[in-house]
Amino acid sequence: MYSFEVERPTSVADAAAALGKDEAQALGGGQTLIPTLKQRLASPSVLVSLAGIADIKGVSVDGGTVTIGGGTTHGVVAAEAGAYPALAALAGNIGDPAVRNRGTIGGSLANNDPSACYPSAALASGATIVTNSREIAADDYFQGLFETALEEGEIVISVKFPIPEAASYQKFEQPASRFALVGVYVAKFADGVRVAVTGASEGGVYRWSEAEAALSGNFSADALDGLTVSGDDMISDLHGSGDYRAHLVKVMTKRAVAAAS
Amino acid sequence: MPKDHGIGASPKRREDVRFLTGTGNYTDDINVYGQTYVYFLRSDMAHGNIKNIDTAAAAAMSGVVRIFTGADFEGVGGIPCGWQITDVHGEPMQEPAHPVLAIGKVRHVGDPIAAVVAESLEEARNAAEAIEVDIEELPAVVDMKAALEDGATKVHDDLANNLCYEWGFVEDNRAAVDEAIKNAAHVTTLELRNNRLVANPMEPRVALGQYNRADDHSTLHTTSQNPHVIRLLMGAFVLGIPEHKLTVIAPDVGGGFGTKIFHYAEEAFCTFAAKACNRPVKWTSSRSEAFISDAHGRDHVTKIELALDADNNFTALRCDTYANMGAYLSTFASSVPTWLHGTLLAANYKTPLVYTNVKAVFTNTVPVDAYRGAGRPEATFQVERVVDKAARELGVDPIALRRQNFITEFPYATPVAVEYDTGDYNATMDKLEVIADIAGFKARRAESEKKGMLRGFGVNCYIEACGIAPSNLVGQLGARAGLYDAATVRVNATGSISVMVGAHSHGQGHETAFPQVVAEMIGIDESQIDIVHGDTSKVPFGMGTYGSRSLAVCGSAMVRATEKIINKAKKIAAHLLEAADSDIELKDGQFSVAGTDKSVAWGDVTLAAYVPHNYPLEDIEPGLEETAFYDPANFTYPSGAYCCEVELDPETGKVTVERFSAADDFGNIVNPMIVSGQVHGGIGQGIGQALLENAAYDENGQLLSASYMDYAMPRADDVPFYAVDHSACTPCTHNPLGVKGCGEAGAIGSPPAVINAVIDAMQSGGHNVTHIDMPASPSRVWEAMKG
Repeated sequence: MYSFEVERPTSVADAAAALGKDEAQALGGGQTLIPTLKQRLASPSVLVSLAGIADIKGVSVDGGTVTIGGGTTHGVVAAEAGAYPALAALAGNIGDPAVRNRGTIGGSLANNDPSACYPSAALASGATIVTNSREIAADDYFQGLFETALEEGEIVISVKFPIPEAASYQKFEQPASRFALVGVYVAKFADGVRVAVTGASEGGVYRWSEAEAALSGNFSADALDGLTVSGDDMISDLHGSGDYRAHLVKVMTKRAVAAAS
Repeated sequence: MPKDHGIGASPKRREDVRFLTGTGNYTDDINVYGQTYVYFLRSDMAHGNIKNIDTAAAAAMSGVVRIFTGADFEGVGGIPCGWQITDVHGEPMQEPAHPVLAIGKVRHVGDPIAAVVAESLEEARNAAEAIEVDIEELPAVVDMKAALEDGATKVHDDLANNLCYEWGFVEDNRAAVDEAIKNAAHVTTLELRNNRLVANPMEPRVALGQYNRADDHSTLHTTSQNPHVIRLLMGAFVLGIPEHKLTVIAPDVGGGFGTKIFHYAEEAFCTFAAKACNRPVKWTSSRSEAFISDAHGRDHVTKIELALDADNNFTALRCDTYANMGAYLSTFASSVPTWLHGTLLAANYKTPLVYTNVKAVFTNTVPVDAYRGAGRPEATFQVERVVDKAARELGVDPIALRRQNFITEFPYATPVAVEYDTGDYNATMDKLEVIADIAGFKARRAESEKKGMLRGFGVNCYIEACGIAPSNLVGQLGARAGLYDAATVRVNATGSISVMVGAHSHGQGHETAFPQVVAEMIGIDESQIDIVHGDTSKVPFGMGTYGSRSLAVCGSAMVRATEKIINKAKKIAAHLLEAADSDIELKDGQFSVAGTDKSVAWGDVTLAAYVPHNYPLEDIEPGLEETAFYDPANFTYPSGAYCCEVELDPETGKVTVERFSAADDFGNIVNPMIVSGQVHGGIGQGIGQALLENAAYDENGQLLSASYMDYAMPRADDVPFYAVDHSACTPCTHNPLGVKGCGEAGAIGSPPAVINAVIDAMQSGGHNVTHIDMPASPSRVWEAMKG
């Protein structure tokens, strides 16, 4: 990697100030950024580690909402977000233990990898991404591959997840990376069902609105029978064609509905 | 009762203490005074003419000691190929130059263009980025068949075309084979690809070159399976360093799997640059670099035809293979698709007529060479897939078809030049039927189907030729080396023993197993014996470890040397006991006079050898140290029968290996635990090849799976617990231990069982799929079932 300065702020305000420096880059758990730096594919002048900010860590439950600090690791979410079982299960199946003990939800959502798990949970849950300057609805937050609504220097403080009546995340793993080749998160709320798909689309995580409509009327896997998914705008690579991913979207959605609890 | 010591016992592997406690001594652990670091600037283009390399700005950067380009290697030899193939016309293969650093052209992504030696790796890398390289991109040659078309772009401009050789074996049988196929009652044809693999040993390659100006001596520490081979190739053919001025040391090595057999440019570079800079030069491959610089494995495209008579007897087999050589000829690349492949196509069957045609092709890809099994997995996959397909076409039981055609009388001379000394293929199949509970498959299938899953059953046999190899024979076949091995048994004054062996252990457990043999022969405790390996200045000239040869060849040398020790020790004991040599018996470390209670202990004899106060100095020399070289009379022929059961998710195409059983005949066995471990590892790699691993290039010669993000290595949860059995034993008839070798069997024997099971699963679901290429990834399976 190229040389860089490291800042280790202990407050959000100090972190925000540090991120104001020229070519500064926030560092969460580093599970994407550190390999990128090792490959010399990025050259920030300052890395601002968010790991020392206690205020952005932890899981809390308040009524129907689980709030997870942006600096909370996947391992902690898996262990402590039991109030939202589908979310805890998702976190517990990201990567391997080493990844789960370093990677953070804020880092994952800020990076918005098209194959990451968390974006589907946030989008399907209708979560709210709380930053140091505002609150952003998940529907407005995800803007394409590795693109989000975050501004330069904006930090994910927490993510507020409304707890659905039932939910499930079903991931079909890419054989090598074990990222989602296709992952589908289904969340059933009193006012309707939300379905978010990760791994599949060239546009990144998205809501499958036809499935949502069908499932809102009849929350059963059979309700999806008549739907078709087009492979046209799906990712096509060594691990599967767009048509294969489109097929898996339906299969995984059915499985998520069947497994939802 | 299992034995608790000596041959047949399973003591825990003594080397694992250091491997598991972080106290191993790997090449990258070795750091020396004044050490510099080299970073190789590698081509990111598959094919291009080098127009200009400007190193001026880079050379002025911080920490740079010197920058090398191909021009610095004018007058230095290229990387040699160790095996010359003679083609169907009786001509030698086309053999291109393989410079240490690219000269004139780059020929694959990863081809080294320049090398920066600097005080630190970071400084070397910084300077490498400042080197200005002007390369005119040329069309990449990737597809083998397209590479052989008229007018195809040439990888090597000075060769006639991209064909390294066309080899036919046995060429005299060609017409007869074709005739038999034409007249057969049934012919089964299969076209398949044996997928390209990256070996991925846990430890990437490392080289540390040193030069001592005072005595003009070069030392190379390297991650090699065969340090003497590297010393010979690099010293004699590349750098012109006589053997006494060159030491090659391969200390602890973290896995080889074949890819650390070969002599690589980076080794020659570090040795050369250490002298040129008068500083030690170290290179440590990154994992990313390993993907584009370690020789790859397999990559054959094959059409195979099996002819059967009306009674389902195999009458002829023909194999037409395109074998990818990559951009240059790696050390043993040329031998893999020929002598290590064509000679195995009789497999376990008495097929009377066999013909193999191999076209070896240059492409703009990483060189391809031996990978665990090397040619034999390719042969086994072809034969066992086409036999399985034939059974399905004929509607006969695949096990019965195999049994019907088994070779049952030994020795057996195959129509492809080798003679199997011994074997019992029905015995391993009998074992397999038991340990795999083949009778219970139907019930297990029913259980799977209740869950909505398909279940498939696949079986195959294998035979391999290992214990490589009789030097005289391989010399006739084009090998440019002998393939004997050597051992020195050095008995110390107080009776402990150091055994210096030419074989190299990089995970095989020699340090545990070899002492078991010597301990058994002398009757002393294994803890009294240590193995020394991996250092050309310490061990006799041996050819190293590959081809499941270590115990069969080097172990035989060790036995011979130990026999010499025992003979001499008996003479000493006879003197001490005042008896005739011929009356001395050795048992449990005691020399005794037959028929008396007079005896003398091993330690008294060894002490007498080194403190010869009471010693027959007029008859024998003092000391107790013997060396033996052993050149095998034949290959050894391990064989076995393997079975795989898979579950297949018809909705996603995902295949899960539920059961895997292996019944092997390895001849006699020294350490059954180590043998089981070798089989486990080999099956893991075979399942990896069959379901997961794929080194795929795009049409521009870019490696699509150049990291673990896209190259799927098998992980613990991809494989089941294995049932392995090696109790079916027909000892090798021509080496003193009766051993055959077990290192490659798992990787050779497992891929066809997996694919046969996948086919069975798909057909059980009503899908008329007769073949699927490896890896049978979920998407491929889904595409195949979709039709």
